[in-house]
Amino acid sequence: MKANRILKEILGTSAAMTFFAVLASLLFGGVLIAIANENVQTTFSYFFSRPGDALGALWNAVAGAYDAMFRGAIYNYRAPNFGLAIRPITDTLAFSTPIVLAGLGLAVAFRSGLFNIGATGQIIFGAMLSGWVAIYVDAPGYVLFPLAVLAGIVGGGLWGGLVGLLKSSTGANEVIVTIMFNYIAIYLLGYLLKTPILKAPESLNPVSSPVQEGAKFPLIFGEGYRLHYGFFLMLAAVALVWWLLNRSTLGFQFRALGHNPDAAKVAGINIGLTYILVMAVSGALSGIAGASQILGTERVLTTGVAASYGIDAITVALLGRSKPLGVLAAGILFGALRAGAVTMQANQGVPSEIVLIVQSMIVLFIAAPPLVRAIFRLPKAVKA
Amino acid sequence: MKLELRGVTKRFGALTANDNVSIVVEAGEIHCLLGENGAGKSTLMNVVYGLYQADEGEILLDDKVQKFSGPGDAMAAGIGMVHQHFMLIPVFTVAENVILGHEPVKFGGVLNLAKARDKVRELSARFGFDLDPDAIVGELPVGVQQRVEIIKALISDAKVLVFDEPTAVLTPQETDELMAIMKQLRDAGHSIVFITHKLREVKEVADKITVLRLGKVVGEASPSASAAELASMMVGRAVDLDVNKSAPKLGKDAFKMAGLSAWNDQGTQVLFDIDLEVREGEILVIAGVQGNGQTELTEVILGNHARTSGSVTLDGKELLGKSIKQILDLGLGFVPEDRTQDGLVGEFTIAENLILDQSDRAPFVKGPSIRQDVVKANAQEKLKQFDIRAQSIDSTASQLSGGNQQKVVLARELSRDLRLLVASQPTRGLDVGSIEFVHEQIVSARDSGIPVIIVATELDEATQLGDRIAVMYRGKVVGIVPADTSRTVLGQMMAGVA
Repeated sequence: MKANRILKEILGTSAAMTFFAVLASLLFGGVLIAIANENVQTTFSYFFSRPGDALGALWNAVAGAYDAMFRGAIYNYRAPNFGLAIRPITDTLAFSTPIVLAGLGLAVAFRSGLFNIGATGQIIFGAMLSGWVAIYVDAPGYVLFPLAVLAGIVGGGLWGGLVGLLKSSTGANEVIVTIMFNYIAIYLLGYLLKTPILKAPESLNPVSSPVQEGAKFPLIFGEGYRLHYGFFLMLAAVALVWWLLNRSTLGFQFRALGHNPDAAKVAGINIGLTYILVMAVSGALSGIAGASQILGTERVLTTGVAASYGIDAITVALLGRSKPLGVLAAGILFGALRAGAVTMQANQGVPSEIVLIVQSMIVLFIAAPPLVRAIFRLPKAVKA
Repeated sequence: MKLELRGVTKRFGALTANDNVSIVVEAGEIHCLLGENGAGKSTLMNVVYGLYQADEGEILLDDKVQKFSGPGDAMAAGIGMVHQHFMLIPVFTVAENVILGHEPVKFGGVLNLAKARDKVRELSARFGFDLDPDAIVGELPVGVQQRVEIIKALISDAKVLVFDEPTAVLTPQETDELMAIMKQLRDAGHSIVFITHKLREVKEVADKITVLRLGKVVGEASPSASAAELASMMVGRAVDLDVNKSAPKLGKDAFKMAGLSAWNDQGTQVLFDIDLEVREGEILVIAGVQGNGQTELTEVILGNHARTSGSVTLDGKELLGKSIKQILDLGLGFVPEDRTQDGLVGEFTIAENLILDQSDRAPFVKGPSIRQDVVKANAQEKLKQFDIRAQSIDSTASQLSGGNQQKVVLARELSRDLRLLVASQPTRGLDVGSIEFVHEQIVSARDSGIPVIIVATELDEATQLGDRIAVMYRGKVVGIVPADTSRTVLGQMMAGVA
């Protein structure tokens, strides 16, 4: 129950706190960028004779890096034409699609008091099942495409639901089970990609055949842009999760369970069944993320299909306070960091790992509210 | 030692918990601080004990202004506190507990326990506490543990003793013994501050009474004032302390429990072969000191207890083996003992809490959605009907006072078609005004022909509300008696003596 309390506390973070946590992390990232910069190092070695040099280099390093990040993530004002100038924002949205989907899945679980950290495994299962259908099932596109998406939902849903079943039938802790399920999914995928079940017959590497043309998510802006129609599926999922949590009977019971399982039980809500449903819905959303990756972006199944999306999703769900719109905003922020990191590394030579550090710092600050309050001298939230 | 508070004000944000409170407690006097929950009694005493610092005003001991920056200062100045929840370490002996925090040492830093033992024996003999310094505290009855708390205060030479709701956990006999101890301490020259909301106790021991309401002193009263007068001062309006009910109009035997036994998760038997019947239109009170199987008994009725044997029937239908939902559907209304833990979702709004057990049924549901308009209309109606004081139906349950929380639970449970109402300590922690309201609702449920089971730990509630009283002791029903049975007999039954 301790995890549950920590979860509650994190989800209770105010919007202002979240903003300051992001700001503090970016500032900290700036410090790291400056330290690692060669110009900064040389100019600081003669700081006392010409401090202007050092401060100038400092500014150039940090501003240059974040400027590159902006050009890589939002709008490239140096691009020759408008089409290329807006490509960064479409990249950002493409990166954010699986993060938001999996983040929504985790948000459902978090709001229901379950610390699901198994998005990675659930994405992989969604992608595996969806990919298998998209590669091997012989059907016309209007059957194959919905079937492949459905397979992703079912794959993630079953893998998540199984955790719920274990929790309700044996009392197993979902944190531990989902972590282990992540490993099982990762290595099962690796295994299957080395056997004829998923491996492309002609390939020597653990890679599947490409998905069939009819099963693909079409690209919105055509070749040269990553953004595909999975993005709209993601927006629909945001709306659906909002409805589920705020308007539906099922969501009411989910939230009751999340806030006070004892009262939910006494009110006649079937706790065991609800655990299973929560985890199934949660996993299904991550499963869609997997389907969106394999059918929209990757188009070929590899061991890297889940990338770090499963981990990012945890951060995003916490950062978005497990509210659908919050998750959408946080997911887009993370998509932007990811898209910007590429340009930052290419143009400024700043290693893209800096972005991962910034992301981790955000979580750290969110999870340690007193720290941020102390840094920015914010008053402690007064309970009415 | 004389304790005086002058114009003490303590604020928490926008809330003023104590507003310009002035009180004088003379040496050799039992001074009762009477007030409802939330009147600011405990805050005031925490200021006296140094746990809080007053925003304004001062504390004087024998006319000297004191500055307490923590309980250590207060103790050193001669103030001792007997907490509602004992601050004792259960695995330590009495002597070890008593010296905790100011351990006497011999040469070389060796603990001098012998001295502590002697001191415990001496104080115990002086006040007739009958305490063995080598007894393990966890194995002592609650009333005796409380005496350890008292000795702990006395051993550090406390001249002013503060008792914070000391009788909440005691049996009637233990309460009487505590009263006697308090009088002895007073006669020995100690000043005693006795915090309580129980009028009977106040009238019995108080030399002087100060009534607090909403953080302010509303007046002093003499112990000869009637209970009704004291209650009106506490609440600020005339209240009726008696439960008004007519003779029961009994119907058929609707609820039966036969040979019921139950075991906890560790396999220890907690209920022993219980037989009970409750008729339509009757209130059966289950009386007993907390922790004698009442909680388990209500859990069994609700279907929330796994290991049972025997039979529990409602209108001829067996309840054992059914799920909570099935039993609620058979018409059980359930008011749990701990409303914040089991009755309400604190973060949910009042409107949401009012449909907690009806979230999947008409009229609140249409297809997979909850009908927000119906939920809102229902909440508005219940707010009026049950006089729930809240800013709006969108206030969360955790923002409500205990009384209003209980009204939300009652409003929800009574709005279904009931065949049985089970309410566990329905007025626990409520103020006088809310108690009156809750009792009315329960009696009117009974008058509408519903069998009612009430778990009560306080004798006054048991005798006033019940038509019959079943007394539980150590998991057994030791007797079922009429409601006009004397307090002495009931007290003895609750203590397992008779």
